[in-house]
Amino acid sequence: MAKSLFEKVWNAHTVRTLSSGETQLFIGTHLIHEVTSPQAFGMLREMGLGVKFPDRTFATVDHIVPTNETVEPFSDALADAMIKELRKNCAESDITFFDLDSGKQGVVHIVGPEQGITQPGTTIACGDSHTSTHGAFGAIAFGVGTSQVRNILATQTMAMSKLMVRRINVNGQLSPGVYAKDVALHIIRMLGVNGGTGFAYEYGGEVFDSMTMEERMTVCNMSIEGGARCGYVNPDETTFAYLKGRPYSPEGEAWDAAVETWKSYASDTDCDYDDVVEINAADIAPTVTWGINPGQGISIDENIPSPDSVPEDQVAGIEEALEFMQFEGGAPIKGISIDVAFIGSCTNGRLSDFEEVAKHIEGRLVADGVQAIVVPGSQVVASIAEEKGLDKIFISAGFEWRAAGCSMCLAMNPDKLVGDQICASSSNRNFKGRQGSPTGRTLLMSPLMVAAAAITGKVSDVREVFGVSETASV
Amino acid sequence: MALEKITQVSGTAVSVPGNDIDTDRIIPARFMKCITFDGLGEFMFYDVRKNEDGSNKEHPLNEQRFAGASILLSGNNFGCGSSREHAPQAIAKAGFSGVIAEGFAEIFFGNSTTLGLPLAVATKEDIQSIAAAVEADPTTVVTIDVENQRIRFGDQEVTCFIRESARDSLVEGKWDPIAELLEGDEQINATAKKLPYV
Ligand code: SF4
Repeated sequence: MAKSLFEKVWNAHTVRTLSSGETQLFIGTHLIHEVTSPQAFGMLREMGLGVKFPDRTFATVDHIVPTNETVEPFSDALADAMIKELRKNCAESDITFFDLDSGKQGVVHIVGPEQGITQPGTTIACGDSHTSTHGAFGAIAFGVGTSQVRNILATQTMAMSKLMVRRINVNGQLSPGVYAKDVALHIIRMLGVNGGTGFAYEYGGEVFDSMTMEERMTVCNMSIEGGARCGYVNPDETTFAYLKGRPYSPEGEAWDAAVETWKSYASDTDCDYDDVVEINAADIAPTVTWGINPGQGISIDENIPSPDSVPEDQVAGIEEALEFMQFEGGAPIKGISIDVAFIGSCTNGRLSDFEEVAKHIEGRLVADGVQAIVVPGSQVVASIAEEKGLDKIFISAGFEWRAAGCSMCLAMNPDKLVGDQICASSSNRNFKGRQGSPTGRTLLMSPLMVAAAAITGKVSDVREVFGVSETASV
Repeated sequence: MALEKITQVSGTAVSVPGNDIDTDRIIPARFMKCITFDGLGEFMFYDVRKNEDGSNKEHPLNEQRFAGASILLSGNNFGCGSSREHAPQAIAKAGFSGVIAEGFAEIFFGNSTTLGLPLAVATKEDIQSIAAAVEADPTTVVTIDVENQRIRFGDQEVTCFIRESARDSLVEGKWDPIAELLEGDEQINATAKKLPYV
């Protein structure tokens, strides 16, 4: 019978059915970081348990790492203690740790793919919701809680109920100035922030077929913002080309065999899905969020919704968002002044994001009064970008070029909004307080839209600011 | 490892209304700089409860009449956002033993169940009537009957929904699956052997 990739991978990794009816699922690759793992190691110690497959566990530090200070001990004693704790836990359990001095440290969802650890047909778990990013490779990748981190450390398995699969087809061609981030925001806007509950999202269609791996990662990354536990793209030649020659990719004969296996995991063309959604690429515009969840997005030309223009059940949500954002319903989003511009995160902190922005900002300057920071997603991204001289382009345009980490995506390090500042951000969450100030306001958008906002000092249309109408883009 | 069989939880209640209450709101990221979960309770909903100078805002969780509540009432898509177990841990450490809402986000639901924190889904109307009863008399005891999927408050009773796998694991004292996962050791090894990349 024809099967989806989800079903094939799920079946191959099923250990058995538990008495609760859930599946005991084998997790082939376990990624850990400093925020959600120390408690799990603590629980293991209390229970007298060890790590079952240290070879299949990889660690890095990202969330709390300062990006403007690189010498330990860090001025934040708590951050320092968390890094030391992870270092100790990894050493004691023989876990590979991409530490600060490894040249490979970075946001866990950027490190896995660039090291070739993230591979098709595998199951991946990490104590972080954006683990869905790894689905770009045709892996089933879930975010899990700390108790599950403990379970996976101890048994390399977790208890989980099978998901339904929703196929999302995006066909046609994206317009110039429209990026993978816009595709993600558009999908969430259409299907809602909890529309994906109980589902794995399988992305496909012409737009995904022609996307680069980095673009696929941006969309899969945000699956979780649409409520889906994971999102994936079937592996194809683009996937294999990306993985070839990476440090943890198979080599020689093993490579050929792996590619054959990976191909066999792709969804069968005639398989049944629990749901299918069709999206026309031409309907997607540069998108910006105006509210307090990632589903509250509008195209740059649209006006912010007003409570009297929406169905009854949405009124309270819109009123709450407008009040927090201090925006007026019915007003245009374009032209709203910003204070901070942030380019980075596991959504848009990869090389291609910086290349695309650098290409357009040469010779431009960040507007007065705007703080603009660029945070590479990993040390590898940073060093390649620096080799290409991208850092200099950013710096001479008035951006700060920082060290790798999560930074202002969740502000567990010193990079934070102050008061009710407005931040144009390439990250993935605009929740109240997400960027470090309880009253701070976040507008999510593509990296180039962030750059446009940084340069004009206000929310702007990339197509106008950079004249990207002739640029081919995905 | 025998776990407590959680057939029902009860206590006084407090309502934190609103849809899409995310985990950043339940526990702001800056309080996650910790290597154990102890002490998270006092930071639950910190930014909605406190002003920047640390003084109290007007919020149901700050009201004396709801002090000691152990059942939390809320809206739809409660617990969306991050996978941080810090969120249900903070709720549990703040003294709550159950949450009633119109719906829960997936990862939050699993994390909570694993801690033995039952999450009950009820209709908007029913939650409003529970909240009204609690508002009228904050000493009203609210009971989530996990086994029978009922919520009792005062002399009223409504139905609720708790996903079967979660319900069974709570009622049978198997909400933390670690023991059973460990028992599968041989089959785990057999599964690993079949996977070419492990
Ligand atoms: S960059 Fe942001 S979303 Fe990604 S792992 Fe770090 S904190 Fe989470």
